[in-house]
Amino acid sequence: MASTNTSPAPRRAILLPLALFAAFALVPLLAHLSDDRFLMLFVTRIMIFAIVALSLDFILGYGALVSFGHAAFVGIGAYAVGILAEGGQAEGLVAFPVAIAAAGIFALITGAISLKTRGVYFIMITLAFGQMAYFTATSLSAYGGDDGLTIWGRNSVLGADLLSDDRTFFYVVLAALGACYLMCRMIIASRFGRVLRAAKQSESRLAAIGINPFGYRLTAYAIAGMIAGLGGAFLANHTEFVSPAYMNWHRSGELIVMVMLGGMGTLHGAILGAAAYLLLEENLSQVSEHWRVVFGPFLIVVVLYARGGLTGFLNSLQAGRRKDD
Amino acid sequence: MSATLLAVQTLNGLQLGILLFLIAAGLTLVFGVMDFINLAHGVQYMLGAYLAVAFYGPTGSFWAALLMGMVAALVCGLALEFLIFRHLYDRDHLDQVLATFGVILFINEAVKIAWGSAPLSLPMPDMLSGSFVLMDGLLYPVYRIALIVAGLVVAAVLYVLVSHTRIGMLVRAGASNAPMVAALGINIRALFMVVFGFGAMLAGFAGILAAPLFSAEPGMGDNLLILAFVVIVIGGIGSIRGAFLAALIIGLVDTLGRSFATDIVKLVLPPAAANDVGPALASMLIYILMAGVLFFRPSGLFPVKAG
Repeated sequence: MASTNTSPAPRRAILLPLALFAAFALVPLLAHLSDDRFLMLFVTRIMIFAIVALSLDFILGYGALVSFGHAAFVGIGAYAVGILAEGGQAEGLVAFPVAIAAAGIFALITGAISLKTRGVYFIMITLAFGQMAYFTATSLSAYGGDDGLTIWGRNSVLGADLLSDDRTFFYVVLAALGACYLMCRMIIASRFGRVLRAAKQSESRLAAIGINPFGYRLTAYAIAGMIAGLGGAFLANHTEFVSPAYMNWHRSGELIVMVMLGGMGTLHGAILGAAAYLLLEENLSQVSEHWRVVFGPFLIVVVLYARGGLTGFLNSLQAGRRKDD
Repeated sequence: MSATLLAVQTLNGLQLGILLFLIAAGLTLVFGVMDFINLAHGVQYMLGAYLAVAFYGPTGSFWAALLMGMVAALVCGLALEFLIFRHLYDRDHLDQVLATFGVILFINEAVKIAWGSAPLSLPMPDMLSGSFVLMDGLLYPVYRIALIVAGLVVAAVLYVLVSHTRIGMLVRAGASNAPMVAALGINIRALFMVVFGFGAMLAGFAGILAAPLFSAEPGMGDNLLILAFVVIVIGGIGSIRGAFLAALIIGLVDTLGRSFATDIVKLVLPPAAANDVGPALASMLIYILMAGVLFFRPSGLFPVKAG
């Protein structure tokens, strides 16, 4: 498994994410100047998916755990918000912790079973749990079943209707993305993160120094589930709608695509990947409803010729320039 | 739940199991021999159905459509292998998942462009369009019986090919230790092309057989692909025998679950709740089964690899 982690230049590893976050922070200004409400909503969506992609990259890029049921965590987070709202509980300080906890508990239980298996079997068993969550959601006839559930307004914060203002919502999501990013970075740099990365490289060497990676992997899996659940809660607030389609296996596939597109094993790569995916989808789908005819081959080309994704591409550009100097 | 309904649903379950086996056979061998995850195997099934519909137009004969559809499916499979897949064997599973996901997106959409999104039907041949009287008050379509028989025949042929021919021996050896087979001077890539083309043709064959029953529509392979993966994982990757048994189990569990889960849940829950829980449980049954099998036997029921 190719790791883009080996690239030197720690300075660039800080510059690129900083530039990304600065660009996000400037969007509301840009949207205000051009009077473009769509731009801000669209970038909010990008940041929400960036949170989810980040959580997947955390276990995929650093723990080599290919979760093919990651969309389930998003759906569980979203349904927590939707079901609470349906029950009259629109307080965000209740809904968000519930969403995160629900996704975390689901991750803990399914992770404990899935982590007994390896490789392809892990991919398939996470897919199975994802499908179970998906079919559970389709059977929730009290909450819309197949058709999904419309949420009447965003969550309140301490009873105040803060999030319905698009700009406030934007900054809240941006802050959450930043917090998740920093948290993942800190975890990966910690002793815990070193064990996780070591387990990816060689389990037998880890065993030789007396460490059983199971607990570390399970904890990482649960953390990723919780972050994805947070993303789901934001997504429910953003679209004011929840549906089983959030958990379909195609969605999990798309999340993996985002991580790979951005460059696996670099957290900011996941953010870039989410942005690139949604931008491509948005722009191509405006050209033609058959945009997938172009997007499918694009994916294949990226896999065949652009290993390391966008981050790898940016790094090689930089490296090339340095050689020219 | 009457005995007739049980009999009908058992036959339907066998029929789904047969279709799944035809798809899973190629998938499991490709996986076993080259360690290649081909998510695009499901679109071969869809292509089979569409190609047969396309060939039915000018020829007006189901049998001609079947034959030409199978050849065309074989050609499509080999083309995909030549253009894309052979560049991915040495990559890790993630790259394979991603690239073949791209193939799915492309072919599903290309089919929509070529044939539209509306389902297309393939008429069944006249000689198979009647019904049998299986027992008192039970009519069962001849075509469905024919499908089960055709699938069983293919399974038998496949069994003989894999366990009693030289190429079958190489395939089995490749599935348990590909590098060793290559070291013995066998061109493993050529072997793989044969396996891959054959697998693609079997999936196409399944699609053609299914077309008169379910009609051809975009994305029709996606759900069956997931089921086929469940089959090969439960059966043990690379094992034809495992795939066959797992396919029949999955077909029966899924079909019988869908017909009877609600009734069974009603025994323990009030009817309103059972109407909610039953269908969900029915959809989940096979995934629960898979999680259970993997929990107790992490490499499936009939693991091929020794070590």
